[in-house]
Amino acid sequence: MKSLIKILAIAVILVSVSCKKDTAPNYQFMPNMYESVGYETYGEAAFPNGIEAQVPAEGSIPRGFVPFDIENSTAGYDLAKATLKSPLAPAIPLTADISEEERNANEYRVDYEKAGPLYTIYCAICHGVKGDGKGKLVQREKILGIPSYADAGRAINEGSIYHTIYYGKNAMGSYANQLNEEERWQVVAYVLKLKADLEK
Amino acid sequence: MKKSYQNLEVNLTNNMRKVIHRKLSTNFLRLSLVVLLAFTSALSAQEGDPAKGKSLFNANCAACHKLDKKMTGPALRNVEARLAEEEGLDRDWLYAWIRNSAGVIKSGDAYANKIYNEYGGAAMTAFPQLSDEDISNILAYTAAEPPAPPASVPGTEVASQSNASGGISNELILGALAILFILLAAGLYLVNKTLRRFATAQGLDLPESSGRTPLWKTFVQNQFLMIVVSIFFLLASAYFIYGYLSQIGVDQGYQPVQPIHYSHKIHAGDNGIDCKYCHSSARVSKHSGIPSLNVCMNCHKSIYEVAPETATEEYSKEFYDGEIKKLYEAVGWDDAEQKYTGETKPVKWVRIHNLPDFAYFNHSQHVTVAGVECQTCHGPVEEMEVMYQHAPLTMGWCINCHRETKVDVKGNAYYEKIHEELSKKYGVDELTAAQMGGLECGKCHY
Ligand code: HEC
Ligand code: HEC
Ligand code: HEC
Ligand code: HEC
Ligand code: HEC
Ligand code: HEC
Ligand code: HEC
Repeated sequence: MKSLIKILAIAVILVSVSCKKDTAPNYQFMPNMYESVGYETYGEAAFPNGIEAQVPAEGSIPRGFVPFDIENSTAGYDLAKATLKSPLAPAIPLTADISEEERNANEYRVDYEKAGPLYTIYCAICHGVKGDGKGKLVQREKILGIPSYADAGRAINEGSIYHTIYYGKNAMGSYANQLNEEERWQVVAYVLKLKADLEK
Repeated sequence: MKKSYQNLEVNLTNNMRKVIHRKLSTNFLRLSLVVLLAFTSALSAQEGDPAKGKSLFNANCAACHKLDKKMTGPALRNVEARLAEEEGLDRDWLYAWIRNSAGVIKSGDAYANKIYNEYGGAAMTAFPQLSDEDISNILAYTAAEPPAPPASVPGTEVASQSNASGGISNELILGALAILFILLAAGLYLVNKTLRRFATAQGLDLPESSGRTPLWKTFVQNQFLMIVVSIFFLLASAYFIYGYLSQIGVDQGYQPVQPIHYSHKIHAGDNGIDCKYCHSSARVSKHSGIPSLNVCMNCHKSIYEVAPETATEEYSKEFYDGEIKKLYEAVGWDDAEQKYTGETKPVKWVRIHNLPDFAYFNHSQHVTVAGVECQTCHGPVEEMEVMYQHAPLTMGWCINCHRETKVDVKGNAYYEKIHEELSKKYGVDELTAAQMGGLECGKCHY
């Protein structure tokens, strides 16, 4: 009888040890300096809606902000297509015979080395690495009807691409908050390069 | 268990049979349709090929139109018949509209203007490249019978049921085994007892434990053994206590239940979405951040349900679809009307990785500057159905990596000079993060 009790006790201990819960955080020892006194990013806070991530006060302007005053509508899209031009200087071909300094002189220059990875992260999943509208999501038939950049009926140009990235278009969402202004123009240049390659 | 599998088989064959019947009947229908068309003079236009139409539709129209659901544009199931019946528009109108809808609107066509205004002035792309035949093919596709979904659903349902019952029966078996074990033990005990009773009743002498000292007594009396054993015991318990104490405050393996069952396996694994698509601030800032819900809606405006083959044994299609509904509720997206209601409910994601306040960690330094893959620190994220903490995030872990990882100085003008001087100082070709100052307390503690 006694051994039975012993066995039971061991079993209970084993079971309670093996049931360490992963859905709750571990204990902390003297956590005084663990938790932030200030609000933590994405934490809760004593604002009316209870969250730390507040919308900036109305009218505030981020550093380096340049207003984009073409509106989000079909008319705005047409206006952008007709008038909007890229502020970036054109890329210097890698083969061009100029010094390193000259090459780096203009900070705001199209740089396909920079634009390529950005395009791959944000656009290739739908539009495909070649821009032919056959990204991975299309191949897996999750999202359909992604146009090729070389689509004649669309005849995209730099203004219309920028407008599309900034506001989105129909089923495509806006990428203005994932890409800053310079990055958006870099991606525009990259899309135009893909379009030219497709039309070749 | 077995029974449910049999069920499954029976069901599958049934479905198969059903499908064949349906195919026959649709073929028959199509045939009669063709015959009918051949006889009617009013609909003399050529009948298209729905299969070709489907690929054309998917490539050109599916961005804005679904067959049975309003999207950017109206649902297109049976448009031709619908427009002919309700508006008296023929196929020529459709040709004109699809090739250049803006032109039709400008020409003052009453219905064109009506529908244009109904869709808030959203412009349909012009498709001058589509031939009459292409458009007939598309229209044939839109006029095709909807594929009957029930054909595949019972199979998956049975599958998920059998799995659910599999889970239950596993537990049942375990329980039954446990009970059996207890019964066996009790039985043995009882048998032993009755046998003994028999023996005493028969007057048999049971061999009582003899006068020899039992093993444990000799053991206790041997002092050397006792000392060795107690030292061993103390060391072992110290080891375990040390182990226990040093895991306090370490959340390795922490896997909370999130308010929306968002699966990294489906997004980053199966569909190959780049980590930085969602965690875009990892490129440029201290925090990697959790994407705001409008990023989700870039895709989920179009993806309102998961494909049947996405469902797994553990999670059914209904479950996943329900989770996408939760996302819609949180952003305030009305899927039927295809617009935002403006009532949003922020999602309270439970934070998993969290360094104590006195330690400073910066993502852009590691992701953009050092070029370390997310997976080095966060583990096989693309295989995680539910996110958990892979690394211990202790100081030793950070320091170890700084000692071992070489700094990526290539193409980084900022490092050129520093690198030259430091590698002269340490006499090495490639610097580790530690040699660049990655062990200084002040870099991580402020
Ligand atoms: C979630 C999938 C998705 C992603 C990611 C995506 N797009 Fe699109 N894109 C679409 C869809 C759908 C359309 C078709 C929109 C329409 O209905 O006109 C489109 C259309 C376009 C067009 C043509 C618009 C026109 O003028 O007709 C351009 C240009 C474009 N996208 C650029 C981009 C760029 C640049 C990125 C990356 C920053 C990107 N897209 C990322 C889905 C996507
Ligand atoms: C850029 C998005 C877009 C694409 C791509 C598109 N459509 Fe449309 N379509 C619309 C919109 C929006 C309307 C509603 C009228 C309007 O606002 O111009 C519409 C209306 C229609 C109508 C009239 C429907 C009705 O009920 O009156 C037909 C037919 C049609 N589209 C067919 C097509 C076909 C066929 C294709 C592919 C070759 C296509 N559309 C591609 C956006 C699109
Ligand atoms: C489609 C958007 C999306 C993509 C792509 C994505 N994530 Fe996430 N990630 C999320 C969301 C939403 C959460 C919060 C919910 C959760 O923890 O499961 C999250 C949480 C995390 C967390 C835990 C955050 C915490 O609370 O500590 C880590 C780590 C993470 N992701 C890493 C990755 C990595 C690495 C990849 C690429 C392999 C990746 N993510 C791709 C959306 C995404
Ligand atoms: C780049 C496109 C994309 C983005 C961005 C995206 N999803 Fe998804 N989502 C998908 C795809 C593709 C599926 C799988 C559909 C299928 O298998 O048929 C999916 C499935 C789902 C599901 C059901 C399966 C599961 O994971 O439980 C949920 C819930 C979901 N997404 C939530 C989210 C949330 C929340 C976000 C934002 C953090 C998000 N998605 C962002 C493409 C995306
Ligand atoms: C060198 C290791 C390391 C790498 C590489 C790394 N992370 Fe982290 N990650 C951490 C640590 C440490 C934390 C906890 C940070 C804190 O609490 O301040 C964290 C936190 C997070 C969080 C939670 C929210 C936040 O920002 O605090 C997310 C999401 C995340 N990482 C995603 C990613 C993604 C996506 C990548 C790849 C682009 C990545 N991480 C690369 C170590 C790393
Ligand atoms: C996967 C390896 C790895 C891990 C894990 C890692 N680091 Fe690093 N860390 C690096 C590398 C490589 C660099 C050098 C980056 C560079 O080129 O400047 C670095 C640089 C740093 C720097 C800047 C050092 C300087 O000289 O300015 C800080 C601060 C830092 N890490 C903090 C942390 C903290 C805190 C942790 C643990 C939570 C951690 N790191 C975990 C690889 C790692
Ligand atoms: C690479 C970054 C890094 C460097 C360099 C570093 N630490 Fe740490 N340290 C950490 C992290 C991260 C933690 C939090 C570990 C945890 O939560 O388990 C920590 C925790 C500690 C703790 C424990 C505090 C507590 O309450 O648990 C002490 C003490 C400490 N560090 C002292 C130092 C000293 C002294 C130095 C300089 C010799 C130093 N650290 C250098 C990253 C670093």
